[in-house]
Amino acid sequence: MARHVVAAVGEIPPGGRKLVTIRGREIGVFNLDGAYYALINRCPHQGAALCTGAIVSRLEAPMPGEYRLAQPGSMLRCPWHCWEFDIRTGQSWCEPEDVKARSYAVTVEPGERLARGPFVAETVSVAVEEDYVVVTL
Amino acid sequence: MTREAPPSGAFSGLAGAIDCDIHPAPPDLRALLPHLDPYWREHVERRGLERENLDTSAYPPAAPINANPDWRLPAGPAGSSLAALQAHLLDPLAPRAAICNLIHGAQMMMSEDLSAALCRGLNNWLAAEWLGRDDRLRASITVPVHSPELAAEEIERLAPDRRFVQVLLLAMAELPLGRRMMWPIYRAAEKHGLPVGIHAGSSFRHPPSAGGWGSTYLEDYVTYAQGFAGALNSLLAEGVFQKFPGLRVVLIESGVTWLPASLWRINKTWRGVRAEVPWLDRLPADLVRQHVRLTLQPFDAPPDARSLAVLLDQLGSDELLLFSTDYPHWHFDAAEGPLPAGLPPSLIRKITVENPLATYPRLAAA
Ligand code: FES
Repeated sequence: MARHVVAAVGEIPPGGRKLVTIRGREIGVFNLDGAYYALINRCPHQGAALCTGAIVSRLEAPMPGEYRLAQPGSMLRCPWHCWEFDIRTGQSWCEPEDVKARSYAVTVEPGERLARGPFVAETVSVAVEEDYVVVTL
Repeated sequence: MTREAPPSGAFSGLAGAIDCDIHPAPPDLRALLPHLDPYWREHVERRGLERENLDTSAYPPAAPINANPDWRLPAGPAGSSLAALQAHLLDPLAPRAAICNLIHGAQMMMSEDLSAALCRGLNNWLAAEWLGRDDRLRASITVPVHSPELAAEEIERLAPDRRFVQVLLLAMAELPLGRRMMWPIYRAAEKHGLPVGIHAGSSFRHPPSAGGWGSTYLEDYVTYAQGFAGALNSLLAEGVFQKFPGLRVVLIESGVTWLPASLWRINKTWRGVRAEVPWLDRLPADLVRQHVRLTLQPFDAPPDARSLAVLLDQLGSDELLLFSTDYPHWHFDAAEGPLPAGLPPSLIRKITVENPLATYPRLAAA
């Protein structure tokens, strides 16, 4: 396991995402209202580039006709067959226990602490006065 | 000529089974007159309607399927004699109960009030002429399917009579069965613990296939299975099982073997478009296994035992099937008996007794 610096905090705005490659693996890093999450860019269904899909809300209904738009922007819809996945957990809407996209731990860390190492930052240059998004993998 | 009744050997080992689908022949309207409200009796007589018999074309009299040759009568349509029903089925089978389902033009006529009046008459006739004369018999409540409000009234009227154990609809009506317009029927059925039985058939003014009218009875009959798939998809998509969590649906004479493929298709499609039906919050097939049952005949069995085993596995539950003979219709011969060959004994017990009792609370209480 190593800590990979994937972006400076300001680089991914709320509702935004960044696709990165870590050890040959494509990963999507998302900012949901200031919290960061990372999912593998491969749909568990048939392998589409999941993290390029539309970011959508949870459309829910406790009863027929009682419509609720819940947790805006918290779901990712696969560009191929439109299965929906929770950005925070990778769980699919339809079968949350059985069908999941791989997710990775993300932290925000100050450049100052990162500077003490160890960390990997292939494309991001780290300055001590900034905060960074770090994926552990 | 009446042939010999099927030897009781055809039913051996089945004593105490519950036959979930038998058909008394629909009476002609003259026989119904004494069972109508006085107003509607006069209405029918003034219009001369008693000269009609309002038979539906689901079972053309000469079609082979209309009656098992062993069960044809010397006079009158098959299924029109209680004594014959007793000799052909009730005595040799010795069922714990047999559920009468009456298919009649009254259910589907355009005039909602006349339809409701005739359905009341039919139910009264069933109670008097069949249920009252053999205590093994139970029945479904025949309702005016195009008037859900009046149908719900009829359910309320008959719910206190515990011999009525189900509400009867037809697979294809003016609208798909899940539409909210139909919900008063489901509300009343759920309230009284009555499953809704959906029988093969339609209002006979729409083609059985969405592709238009076929030329032959063959097409009609085979295509009915698609009508069931449509009805089931509608119930699932409209959220009927979310709205009425206590509701059970029994598909009657739907055939069985089309179901797994249909469930795979709806499960798969739902994953991609589920936001259209946000109340549908679990695999549609899981809801089917929870809420839907199917009568056994016609089963449309695969040609060999291995395929049958695969199919039973694909159904994914041993609780789905309910024993039925579909008397007097012809789906099996005396030599074969009413169960598809090769069913494991534990499943036979489920199908013939346990599943029907679990589906029809009024039978369990009896
Ligand atoms: S590949 Fe993602 S839904 Fe099919």
